[in-house]
Amino acid sequence: MKTSMRTISQIHDAFDRRELSPIEFTRGFLARAQASKLNAYLTLFADRAMAQARHAQEILDREGVTPRQRHPLLGIPLALKDNLALQGQRTTCGSKMLADYKPPYSATVVRRLEAAGAVILGKTNLDEFGMGGSNENSAFGPVIHPTHSDRVAGGSSGGSAAAVAADLAWAALGSDTGGSVRQPAAFCGILGLKPTYGKISRSGLVAFASSLDTVGILARSPQDAELLLSVCSGGDELDATSLPEAPYAPDESGTPFEWSGLRLGVASDISESDLDPEVARAVRLFQERLCGLGASRVVLDFPHASQAVAVYYLIAMAEASSNLSRFDGVRFGSRAPEAESASDLKGFYQKVRSQFGSEVKRRILLGTFALSSGYRDAFFRRAAQVRRLIARDFDSAWSRADVLVLPVAPEPAFRLGERNSDPLKMYLADRFTVPANLAGLPALSIPCGTTSEGLPIGVQLIAPAGREDLLLSIARALETPEAE
Amino acid sequence: MSLFEAVIGLEVHCQLATRTKIFCACPASPPRGVSVADVPVNRATCPVCAGHPGTLPVLNRQAVDYAVRAGLALGCEINPRSQFSRKNYFYPDLPKGYQITQFDSPVCGEGALSFSLPSGERRTVRIQRIHLEEDAGKSVHVGTHSEVNLNRAGVPLIEVVSHPEMRTAEEAGAYLRALHAVVTWIEVCDGNMQEGNFRCDANVSLRPVGATEFGTRVEVKNVNSFRFVEKAIAHEIERQTAILKSGGSVKQETRGYDPDRDATFSQRGKEEAHDYRYFPEPDLPELTLAQAWVDQIRSELPELPDQRRARYERELGLSSYDAGIVTSSRELVRYFEESIQLGASSKALANLLAGEVSRLANEKGTWLGSRLLPIHLADVVRELQAARISATAAKQLIGLAWESGERIADLIELEGLAQVSDTRALEAWLDEVIAQSPAQWSEIQSGKDKLIGFFTGQVMKKSGGKANPALIQELIRKKVGS
Repeated sequence: MKTSMRTISQIHDAFDRRELSPIEFTRGFLARAQASKLNAYLTLFADRAMAQARHAQEILDREGVTPRQRHPLLGIPLALKDNLALQGQRTTCGSKMLADYKPPYSATVVRRLEAAGAVILGKTNLDEFGMGGSNENSAFGPVIHPTHSDRVAGGSSGGSAAAVAADLAWAALGSDTGGSVRQPAAFCGILGLKPTYGKISRSGLVAFASSLDTVGILARSPQDAELLLSVCSGGDELDATSLPEAPYAPDESGTPFEWSGLRLGVASDISESDLDPEVARAVRLFQERLCGLGASRVVLDFPHASQAVAVYYLIAMAEASSNLSRFDGVRFGSRAPEAESASDLKGFYQKVRSQFGSEVKRRILLGTFALSSGYRDAFFRRAAQVRRLIARDFDSAWSRADVLVLPVAPEPAFRLGERNSDPLKMYLADRFTVPANLAGLPALSIPCGTTSEGLPIGVQLIAPAGREDLLLSIARALETPEAE
Repeated sequence: MSLFEAVIGLEVHCQLATRTKIFCACPASPPRGVSVADVPVNRATCPVCAGHPGTLPVLNRQAVDYAVRAGLALGCEINPRSQFSRKNYFYPDLPKGYQITQFDSPVCGEGALSFSLPSGERRTVRIQRIHLEEDAGKSVHVGTHSEVNLNRAGVPLIEVVSHPEMRTAEEAGAYLRALHAVVTWIEVCDGNMQEGNFRCDANVSLRPVGATEFGTRVEVKNVNSFRFVEKAIAHEIERQTAILKSGGSVKQETRGYDPDRDATFSQRGKEEAHDYRYFPEPDLPELTLAQAWVDQIRSELPELPDQRRARYERELGLSSYDAGIVTSSRELVRYFEESIQLGASSKALANLLAGEVSRLANEKGTWLGSRLLPIHLADVVRELQAARISATAAKQLIGLAWESGERIADLIELEGLAQVSDTRALEAWLDEVIAQSPAQWSEIQSGKDKLIGFFTGQVMKKSGGKANPALIQELIRKKVGS
């Protein structure tokens, strides 16, 4: 029964036919999560989740059928990346700093999920404060790849991606600042949606780089991604940068996707030699498949694309250096025992802040430098200018293409420990994902095959701002029998 | 004359009297009648102003409204687009590790403030900018540990920055009083200096007279009364003059002011100055102001203190000094207008308000608890003009009415303050005084008119301030002449 279900709608059908109960459904996920060795979860809410499942069961019993309008996620077990606030529950951000931090409020998205009837199973592992692409920067150990135990699950939303891929959660929320939803989704073989900047409220998402951060969705099917997006999106008065608009409306028309007329943009400066050969081949085949269905292919220039990684890291690190200032041991950030004996404030801060992991420290230091007087103009301000040029490159691309096709990552999931010593190589691996964050555009990572070793490969679609519908229609259309 | 001239610029923080804080829904100030000190520590806080991870600021429209109102009242350009920035520094009472303020692009640009010096001379000081920002919390140091109170964190402030073009402590004091009058008059700030609603940092530097370049500047931080600001600046000018005269050079630093010693003291040198690493606040979109909205605020502005001062001088013939003081606060203007309605003559009333009433208000530091009503002032003026009370008694009556709120007629009766115009009583006092000061009396007889004042004063003293001074003088002249 379980293997036949791919969407939340099918689960609700099973609920309605009494083939499946919310309680047993949640219990199954909790049992698998408890037995799992992937280190995907940092916290499991066994009792809380069962209480939510029982509540879902009561609603189902009372209503007879799932009230899909009022509770579109009734009884659906979800996982949250551990940088999303859930009131009264540990929210660690993968950091020793926040090992015991329990927020007094819940993130807007979390409140929306719970109001929609979702069951929150637990909080998933991540690179500390979202900084990393392998989940090896978590203070609580790396996440193991669901099918290849010597490999990383990707990051920073590695816990969420592995949980969904390994059936430890039906779907999950992550966050994407420079590819942190799309890359682990690609590594684990599921869908990863990074919406338009501001589409989903950031209130309650612990900030890494505020102008780039987005809450993202990790799902098994485009239908689920749409449903989750419709629940999570919509303006939020607690986030001044959220788009003041109605929630996303899923396409329920059933009209078949019109492939002819779809203009696929591909970037002129990406050469296949730049990629793992199997990734290059899978992305090429994906393009050919779409063209075979009727889409046309347009080669586009992105004159500033080569600067994207540098620009991204300057801005992200600068913002991070400020966002992480509050973890000073006064209000937030655990007080190292030796900090109590510091003789002055400076000594106290030193002791407390030495608890950050090395990647976080590196980024705080580089970000502080990029903003320092005398360097701000050359680094931060210049980066902000080039960021606008990159956004303009996209603007002009949209006159010739409807959607861009790019790899997600230059290679599939790599081996644990393989990249630890080379931060620069890690940063450069983000070159296909960071442009969408710099320009605030929606992007979707879609599975597009596997390597000879069986490692999943993902391909990325980027659309103009606000066009999640286009990305999701394409993903949906690709699953119809005609598109096979 | 000194060879140096002082260059003074003021940065004034005004706490905006908004209902809620600048970025969250917490109350910005205690309910009416409750002192800041009586609000339980960290009670007026929420996850946003306490800086909880993941929380975001949302701009309070009323704070923007008030900043624009202040800008318009000070003749500032209103920038249709402005931006918030983060000022990064570590301090325990700064919960986010940065303050949200405006840096490159403030909400208000160039403006000016005109005011009178105590001499009556007019001055105009240009204003550089007004920006919006949030206040930090408060650190309280108790023995070996420190406590942090975040009730104040996130309270909206405007910082009004003048051009460095004042020359004397007195001028700076007059500017500050005039600015205080404006922001309280338009009701964007309560102006209570004791509670820190209106705080001033003064930048003071010296340069040789005639030079165009600025000297090394010292910033005197957070002085909390008009008088102390003047004293701190005066002291700073003296200190820097002494250094320069002895051939030394002034160190760039931040200094505090100690009112007990009447001296400034070093707090932080240039080498310890923070690098604030300003950058645009990514959590807040650019602030855009529609022209129609600005025009609406402009149309709602009341007559401003300086406009009213000019009108009082022009229409009522008040002296520049009296008119300046009467228009320096809402309360004084209200007393003035309402007492006139009750029949008081404007000049005598202005005199009383500029004198005893504002002295009392300054002494008390607050109008709270005052029982003084316009009818009291109207009655005192009437009694004074009818010579039924003396000027001294008038002062006393105002003090008594402030405390008790009793009718002036009753107070005169109760305290026996009616002026003594009974010639026999006055003559008896005068004779006593003459007997005590025979030498002076013979001088007066030999034509030294100046001593009439002395004798009048002595008789006043004997009468306990109740004698009618005009009658005493008349008696003296008559006696000398006889």
